[in-house]
Amino acid sequence: MFNLLQIELYKISKRPRTYIAFAAITAIVVIFQLAFKADGKSYMDLMLQSVQDSFDIDKSKAINGYFMCYIILNTLLIQVPILVALIAGDAISGEANMGTLRLLLTKPVSRTKLILVKFAASVIYTIMLLVWMAVMALFLSLLIFGADDMLIFRVKGDESLILQITSDDIMWRYFAAFGYAAVALTVIAALAMLLSVFAENSIGPIIATVCIVIVCTVVSNINVPIIDKHVKPWLFTSYLVGWKGFFYIGTTADGEPIKGSLENWPAIRNSLYILAAHILVLLGSTVVIFRRKDILS
Amino acid sequence: MLRKSILLPLLLVTVTGMLQAQDINQLVANAKAKLGKVNDYEAKGRMKTNVTFLKVPVANVKVYFKAPSRMKIKSEKGVSFVPKGAVSINAGGALGGNGYTIIDAGTDKVGNTLVRVAKLLPLDENSEVVLSTVYIDPITSLILKSRTTTKENGTFELEMTFSRYAEFALPDKVIFSFNTKDYKLPKGVTFDFDDGSTVTQANKEKQKKGRAEITFSNYIINKGVSDEVFR
Repeated sequence: MFNLLQIELYKISKRPRTYIAFAAITAIVVIFQLAFKADGKSYMDLMLQSVQDSFDIDKSKAINGYFMCYIILNTLLIQVPILVALIAGDAISGEANMGTLRLLLTKPVSRTKLILVKFAASVIYTIMLLVWMAVMALFLSLLIFGADDMLIFRVKGDESLILQITSDDIMWRYFAAFGYAAVALTVIAALAMLLSVFAENSIGPIIATVCIVIVCTVVSNINVPIIDKHVKPWLFTSYLVGWKGFFYIGTTADGEPIKGSLENWPAIRNSLYILAAHILVLLGSTVVIFRRKDILS
Repeated sequence: MLRKSILLPLLLVTVTGMLQAQDINQLVANAKAKLGKVNDYEAKGRMKTNVTFLKVPVANVKVYFKAPSRMKIKSEKGVSFVPKGAVSINAGGALGGNGYTIIDAGTDKVGNTLVRVAKLLPLDENSEVVLSTVYIDPITSLILKSRTTTKENGTFELEMTFSRYAEFALPDKVIFSFNTKDYKLPKGVTFDFDDGSTVTQANKEKQKKGRAEITFSNYIINKGVSDEVFR
């Protein structure tokens, strides 16, 4: 099993498209960092708006490495599913396209094992992508902008809020958020792999995955009560931004943040369960379908 | 029993009468003279901000003051939200300069203390301050409460508790109430995680009033404060 995994990882590492994702993340993060270094104050002005009429705020302190990482993740984690689909969507269909799938299945390896190994390789790739994001968006930002308290701008219901998390209470939230993001992106990997089983070239499953993510994301953001109640809870895209829950700090009745607390851990935990259920269903379907599939290429 | 029920109101009337008898101009002058003992100070404190849309921790702050009215509040660590108009955290803010008319507004109570109320009307028509009301303890000549109404920034209210530094009219605790504007984030920039929690109606009603509470731990008085601090 481990040898098979090594082979799959070797295959992924030899594909040029693997590095497109890393390059894209590097480019986006660096552009963000340069833009904020040059004129982060304007962004802060936009977010703080009327608050500035009532309060004096040291905006230079507010634009720090932790805040930068949050802003970057806010943007990037919506695009990263596309990057995950690039690899996971190619897992089976890529072999079929090159004509190596039949050859691969002549080896004394069960189809279930093959799917699980390919899925594991896609998950490792996803985690590597997240680790790279953490290095670039968090650690590089901390190096450039320094560390300080973090401001979270949030809309809750129809109310806008500003949460402040002290600098000594942030890092564990990022580790937890990256862990959550890994689970969320694994759903995308599982979806892309399922679609990959049906195709004989990589483009189809990659585009199909991206289309499904886009459609579901749009539906997740439609604020119509009937969709809120009956559709959103079933869409995995409603839970992709659940990592933010780790930054919604719990507060006292006076509105004072409680260090080390989460406002709504049950909501995050339930989101994780739902995402895990998606992974199991998608992966299980992939295994069942692949086991029954007549491999002709 | 009957004697007691007659004596008590009589005593109250007498005390109130005595308080009224004290000239309000003199009382304001006394309060001002007490404040005049301090040319500058540096104080450490803990600031607790209570605004509905702002969830911020208690901040350790340093407060700097230099006569006549320069004041700066700096957070010792981290990002801080210092209410604008916090300059009036200095009680002298309401009594700065001589360009006002003093009107005697009778007596009132701040906590358990009977105080004299003076309304200060600025003589300058272009003054940002429309009206200041100060509540002065006639025995100690300390301003226990003040309310300042401005043209642009609404009404600020200040309540002070004195103890260790009463001699210099420097409070141990200040509660600063102010108006806040509605805060609305631009749509579509936050992509929030909907965790199902909602806002209560009570919160919405509280939204326009803010409160900052500073508890001072120590003062360094008249030892000089650099001008750099106020830049």
